[in-house]
Formats: sequence, C-alpha cells, structure tokens
Amino acid sequence: MTKLTNLTIAQARDKMAKGEFTALELTEAHITAMQAKRSLGAYITETAEQAREEAKASDLRRQAGQIGALEGIPLGIKDLFCTKGVQTTAASHILEGFKPPYESTVSGKLKAAGSVMLGKLNLDEFAMGSSNMTSYYGKVVNPWKSKSDPAKLLVPGGSSGGSAAAVAARIAMGATGTDTGGSIRQPAAFCGITGIKPTYGRCSRWGIVAFASSLDQAGPMARDVRDCAIMLGSMAGHDAKDSTSAPLPVPNFEAALTGDIRGLKVGIPKEYRPDGLSDEILRVWEQGIEWLKAAGATPVEISLPHTKYALPTYYIVAPAEASSNLARYDGLRFGQRVEGKTLDDMYKKSRAAGFGSEVRRRIMIGTYVLSAGYYDAYYSKAQKVRRLIAEDFTKAFQDVDVILTPTAPSAAFGMDENTDDPVTMWLNDVFTIPTSLAGLPGLSLPAGLNADGLPLGLQLIGRPFDEETVFKVAGVMESAANFTALPEGV
Amino acid sequence: MIIQGDTGDWEIVIGLEVHAQVISKSKLFSGAATDFGAEPNDQVSFVDAGFPGMLPVINEKCVEQAVRTGLGLKAKINLTSVFARKNYFYADLPQGYQISQYDMPIVGEGTLLIDLADGSSRAIGIERLHLEQDAGKSIHDMHPSKSYIDLNRSGVALMEIVSKPDMRSPEEAGAYLTKLRTILRYLETCDGNMQEGSMRCDANVSVRPVGSTELRTRCEIKNVNSIRFVQQAIEYEARRHIDVYENGGEIRQETRLFDSAKGETRSMRSKEHAHDYRYFPDPDLLPLVVAQDFVDGIQATLPELPDDKKARFMTDFGLNSYDAGVLVAERASADFFEQVAAGRDAKMAANWVMGDFFAAMNSGDYSWEKPPVSAVNLGKMIDLIKDGTISTRLAKDVFIFMVETGKDPAIIVEEKGLKQVTDTGAIEKAIDEIMAANPDKVAEVKAGKDKLMGWFVGQVMKATQGKANPGMLNELIVKKFQE
Repeated sequence: MTKLTNLTIAQARDKMAKGEFTALELTEAHITAMQAKRSLGAYITETAEQAREEAKASDLRRQAGQIGALEGIPLGIKDLFCTKGVQTTAASHILEGFKPPYESTVSGKLKAAGSVMLGKLNLDEFAMGSSNMTSYYGKVVNPWKSKSDPAKLLVPGGSSGGSAAAVAARIAMGATGTDTGGSIRQPAAFCGITGIKPTYGRCSRWGIVAFASSLDQAGPMARDVRDCAIMLGSMAGHDAKDSTSAPLPVPNFEAALTGDIRGLKVGIPKEYRPDGLSDEILRVWEQGIEWLKAAGATPVEISLPHTKYALPTYYIVAPAEASSNLARYDGLRFGQRVEGKTLDDMYKKSRAAGFGSEVRRRIMIGTYVLSAGYYDAYYSKAQKVRRLIAEDFTKAFQDVDVILTPTAPSAAFGMDENTDDPVTMWLNDVFTIPTSLAGLPGLSLPAGLNADGLPLGLQLIGRPFDEETVFKVAGVMESAANFTALPEGV
Repeated sequence: MIIQGDTGDWEIVIGLEVHAQVISKSKLFSGAATDFGAEPNDQVSFVDAGFPGMLPVINEKCVEQAVRTGLGLKAKINLTSVFARKNYFYADLPQGYQISQYDMPIVGEGTLLIDLADGSSRAIGIERLHLEQDAGKSIHDMHPSKSYIDLNRSGVALMEIVSKPDMRSPEEAGAYLTKLRTILRYLETCDGNMQEGSMRCDANVSVRPVGSTELRTRCEIKNVNSIRFVQQAIEYEARRHIDVYENGGEIRQETRLFDSAKGETRSMRSKEHAHDYRYFPDPDLLPLVVAQDFVDGIQATLPELPDDKKARFMTDFGLNSYDAGVLVAERASADFFEQVAAGRDAKMAANWVMGDFFAAMNSGDYSWEKPPVSAVNLGKMIDLIKDGTISTRLAKDVFIFMVETGKDPAIIVEEKGLKQVTDTGAIEKAIDEIMAANPDKVAEVKAGKDKLMGWFVGQVMKATQGKANPGMLNELIVKKFQE
C-alpha cells in the first residue's frame, strides 16, 4: 500500500469515502512526517493536538453523513492567514505572539469544507521575498537536492516557501499560499509542485495580513492540478467583507479537467526570452508547446510589448502599498513593543526591532515613491504603466485562450546565492509579475528536471476569471509531462 | 469688517473647514456603533482597531448622508469619487492612515447663503465636501506618564465641508457656521453639536490691504469648539497678522491652536514640520460610484430648506426678514409656528411664539418634543384674543396658567373667570365708584391735568381684576369726564 502521505487529495478523498482509513489515521501519518522533517523549517507553528481533534470531529461528521469537499484532508496554512486563537506571525518578529481573535475568510472556508489544519507554514517576512530567507523564524530548506552537489542547501523559493516545501516533502497534502508578484508560482516551480494564483478578486483577502492590497491573492498549492482545482473550489467566492472580492459564482473547477483542448489557441509571448535565459528553461518551454500541439491546440506567437516595464512598475506599486499597510505594526495594540521615551521613540524602537532588512528596504522605497514631489514621477507613472501592461494582455486574449511561459528564469538556487544584490533576487519574479499587475490567473506546474535533477516549472496564464481554461490546459500538460520525480526522502 | 492699522486699512480673508459627524448607526467602514457617551473602547471593531488583515467596507447610509448634505448645499454631486489614504503615525490612528477623499471628493462646488445682522444675505462658496474617518481620542491627563486611547470615535464618518475663502469678518464666519449647522440639522445629516465635538471647525485666516485682491499667506487655526471662539480666534489672528506686516515681518504658513482661556492663538507646527501625508488611492476600496437615480431619490426626499422656508414665511405670512429668519433657524420652531399661525393672524402668532413662548421654552426643562405650551393651545388662545373673549393683557395670565397646567385656554378662562368684561354698565359702575371716592382727583382732571386720566384707568382695571376691556374702558372714562 502507498504511504498515506504520498496520496493526492483526490485519492485520499476517494479512499476515505470507501472507508479504507480515517481522517485521524491520515492526520497522524502527516503529524509524524511533519515532526520527522522539522529540519526543513517548513512550519513556524505546529498544531498537532488541534489537528487530531479536528480529524476526530471530521470522522464523526463523516459517520453522520456530512462530508465536505475537503473532509478530513490535512492541510498547512501559510502563516499570513489569520487563524483564530493560533499564533499568526507573517514570519515577522513584530507579530510574535499575536493570536488573532478571528479566522480569515479563506482558512475559515477550508475548515468549513472539512479540512484539518496541521500548522502554520513559514514564508518570507510579510511575504516579501523570493527565497524564504527573510523569515524571522528561520530559513526554509528545499527538499530537492542538486545531483552535482547534494550537500548544497537550496531555497524553496518564496514567499510561500514553507507551503511549497511542505507539499513537496509530503508533510501536508496541500497548502494555502498567497501571491503578490509570484509568491505561489515561483516556489511551486522550485519545489516541483502545482500552484495557482487565481484572478484578483476570486478569493477574499479578509483576514490575510496585507502586503500589497491591489496585488495580494490567495491560492492553493498542491501535488497536482486536480488537487489545486478541488482546493480552489473551497477557497474561492464572494465575500462582503472584502470590497475587492468579485461577486461571481464559483465554477466547478474540477469539472473543467476534461482533457480536451482541441482547437484552443495558446499564446507564446516573444518578450519572455530575455538575454541570458538558460537553454534548459527554453528547452522545457519548447517541450510544453509540443505537448499542447500534440493534444490539438495551436500555438500562436503574441506580443506583450510592455513586459520589460513590469518589474520596475511592481517594485514601485507593491512597496508603496506595503509602506502604508505596515504602518499599523507600531507596537501599540498587538505584537512586539519596545518601550521608548516618547511615542515617536517607541515607534522607532518597536519597528526597528520588529522588521527585518528586506521589509525595512521596501517600506523605505514605498515611503519615498509616495512622497510629495515624487508621487507623480513614480507612483502615478507606475499606475499608468500598470494599465498598459494589463492592456497588453487584453489585446493578446482577443487572439488566444491561454498563454504559456516559463514560471521562473532558473531552477532553485543555493541559499548562499543571489544574496548580495536585492535586485538580482527580484529578477526571479520577472515572468510572474506581469500577470500579477494585470490581476490575471496564473498556474505553475512541474514540467521536467534540469541537468542537476531539479524541477522546472511552466506557467499558464488565463483570462480574468477563466481559471477553468487554465486548469483544463494544465491537466493536459500534466498528463503529457508525466512528472513522477520525487524529492529526497519521499 | 475693516481693521484700521497704522499703515492703512486691512481686510480679513477667511475660509472655513468644518468636520461634521455624520448621523448614522454605524461607522464609515465598519459595523461598530457610533453613540456618544459609551464606555471607552466599547464601540470598536477589529477594523477600527487596525488589526492585521481587516478590511474596510463602505457604509451606504453614510454615502447617502453626504449626498443629501451636498444637495442641501446646492452642490455638484460627483457620481464617481475615490477614497484615499492619508498616512501619518499617531497613537489614536490605529491603521497608521486615515481613509479620506483627496482629489476626487463625493461633492463638488456649492453655495451657502449667510444671513447678517442688518437683515442682508450674502452667498459664500462651498469648495467641496468629502467623506473621511475620524481618529480615536488621546487622553493625556489621567496618568503622569501614560496616555490613554479611546477608539470609540475611530472610524466614525465625518463630512469635511470646505468653504471658499469668501468670508471677510468674524461676524460672517459666525453666520456661516450658524447657517451651516441649521442646514445640517434640517437635513438630519449631523446634529451640529459643537460641545460634544460632532461639529468642529478649522479656520484659515489671512489679511490684505483693502482694495487688494491678492491672497496672502494663511494660518490654519485647528479644532475650535464653539462659534464664539471661532470668531474670537479669527479676530485675534487677523490683528496678529496686521501687527507682523506693519512691523515689517512676514507671516509663516503654519497650524495654530486657539487658547480660549487666554483668547489667543499659538503656533502648533510650522510648514517645515508639516506631515507629508503621502496620499494615494486606497487599494482596499473600489472607486465609489453612485447612480443618478440614487441621487434623484435623495433629492426627492429633501425637506424644505431654511432659505426657501424663510422666503415663504415672508410671502405667505407677511413676516419681516428678521422674524422669518428667527423662526426658521430651527426646523422644529418653524413647524411649531406654522401650526400656530394656520388660519390665524400670522404676525400675532409670530409675536406670541417669539415672545412669551420662546421665553417659557428657555426658562425651564423644555424641548420641542415637550414644549411648555402646545401649538394647538397657543392657537386657541390667539383665537380667544381675536374674538374678544380675553384681552392681550389677560392673555399673558392665561399663557402662564397654560404653562402651569397644560389645560385648554378656554377652560382656564372659564375656571379662573378671566373673561374680559365688555358689559358697558359694569365698567361704568366701576368708574363711577372710583370717581366718587376720589373727588379731588376728578377736580384736578377737570382742571386740565389730563395725565391723571391714566391713574383712573389703572384703578378701574385693578377694581375689575384686569378684566375690563381696555378699549372700552378708555372710551368710557373720556366720556365720563366730558359729562
């Protein structure tokens, strides 16, 4: 029999329906695995006892015939989602000890669907980073190892690095992520799993610690496309408590996995071939195009001319919003406080002690670009460029149904790499940021391994609120890719 | 108002920013209640306290109130407006920013007519009205080293109503605030209570030589909490500017506070220390779009506003501008007057309402819900005067009994026997008795001392307990002496 921890959500769901094992057994298996793999640093807070109680309650519900879409499925929750009574840190020192008296809409919906929470997953501090090295609670280690240098510790990507590592290492069946500029897709690619950032407005942001409000979006990270579709079905939906959430019904995403993509047009943007893009990435991209052709879809070259402005635009808009969103962490009402002689002194000391360097860097940039005399040159200009980037996609989607690109410009890198210059680190999100700025759905799935045996991901981008087409195409690619490689120790 | 300085005549230029607390059951972006006087921190949601992950959701009632106020100020309603964040750190601002409206307010330009003491009116321009959140309250005097924070007010909806710099004297500023408060109360969009802080005023003041059209550097006097203090603050500030200019100095743009105990303004922070608020559109909120139908629906339910009511009272009831102005100052007083005046001598009704009735209102624990005399009874009393049952003099007594007992005036007249005596025989008899008892005074009158006639009138009134019809009495006395 397959190890319980190696099942997909869909498999576990079907087996529990047949009575092959209980939610408690499934949860115990994951708790054991979670505790055995603490060296990965994937969890900030483990909630094993609570998980057992939830699993028992799930088994009772099942006996009573009340079976939710995720009944008894053990999940990890990114520690950016507020969870009632369970410490929520955003991986920042400033929120250490903060136990929200409320549950975020998305994590609450997952609970309501019957899922079990194993714990709170590590991330880059306030979701700012692409390597999961900015967490106050320690770096997360990618469970994959390089063939050429097995001793080298690799990053899991970020900011949802704990989520990606946990799903890849089989210490959670699925996990929530959030994506502001690529924070679901890039770590999914680095860890060889599947993750989707849905359309902005598809999932409620209520109760998620805000980074950049106009970009933040929650999404599922899981081992395959079907599991992502199942999870998203439970996470999505209009929420009156979030004014930016879309008042639309939630489609049956799983039903979109028909396997039939004949006649679909797939856009291949010519601007996504920057100088120095590795042959390995190009090769897997070409391979992806071939798979889709073989399944009856037609590749079409498209142009997204403002792509090169996306990164600088993002690094104005996101820090600007963050500088304002993070103003509430002042040591007054919750989290860490450092006493001072005056109110200003207390602010300075609390925030200096509470925020790490990447967060401070972005607050400084954001404050600068919103300042009197600079607003027009930076923030206002960036908003205009953002509209142009969105228009690029609108035009492209007049001719194509979905767009295929690489997810990230490289495979997972070593923990000691890309650390000298923050801009090099930011380049990791060059393929994911345009989608975020345009608010479109983007999914990353594993498409192959590089020469070092590390996973590479491809990204599918869809029209607004057309996650169904994205899932449908992703399902076909997943079958073609037949990605069966596993990280070490699984 | 012209201020004579040493170097010439100066004119004051005044613009006012009024923060009016919106009447609504819950806050602008959260479901927490807004009642005044609750226990500290009793009316606070996690949104108001700026907790992680909390999001604002606009309260439609507050939008309706802002549109209603805009229509009351005859202003342009902007169907699309945008909420922006005004960023600054303070202990009573939990989010670290105030959600306000910046370059796209919900209400644009309008006008407000002010009524001056000489009976004239003048139009003052309204620049804009926008919606914003109030901050909490810092309490610094409860502990030697700590400050206490009450977040009950945090997130309550305010309308910031900004005038154009159209006022030229403290009197005009006072008239503007009085009129604005009247309109807000008519519309029931703000209770206008400056003591409780539900209406607060910032005054922007500058001066210039008479004849000049320049706008010189202004100073902003923050948070003055009564109309009288606003006027005092403006006058003090204007004289300070003139002193500075006449001594060769320059006015620095700054924010100042008014010390009502000393009657002076003091610098709070200069422009160099002004906050850079880093306004930007709030990404948690979509642009606020209201439909023309929504605006039209509110327009259809607007009450008659004070200016229209005043004009109608002057035309329909023949009241002068002053009387009409006094009666419409409150919607309730205008309604009361209209009930009393219906089908009656309106001038007489106005005199009774503004005279004995207002005096009684102010003398005890009365309100418009519980007036000293009902409009129905006051009307009936006027009818009794008109039909000669009681004299105006007797009516004053009847009024006092009405206040004391709340009874119908006809019953009071009956019970107290206050019906005026119009029986010629009875009055003549009383005159005869007084004349017979005072032969020396009769002789004096007959010798030409006409002034003593009044003494006889008084004596007869006394003898009849004031019930003699005064007209008849005068006539009969004259006749008696001519006999």
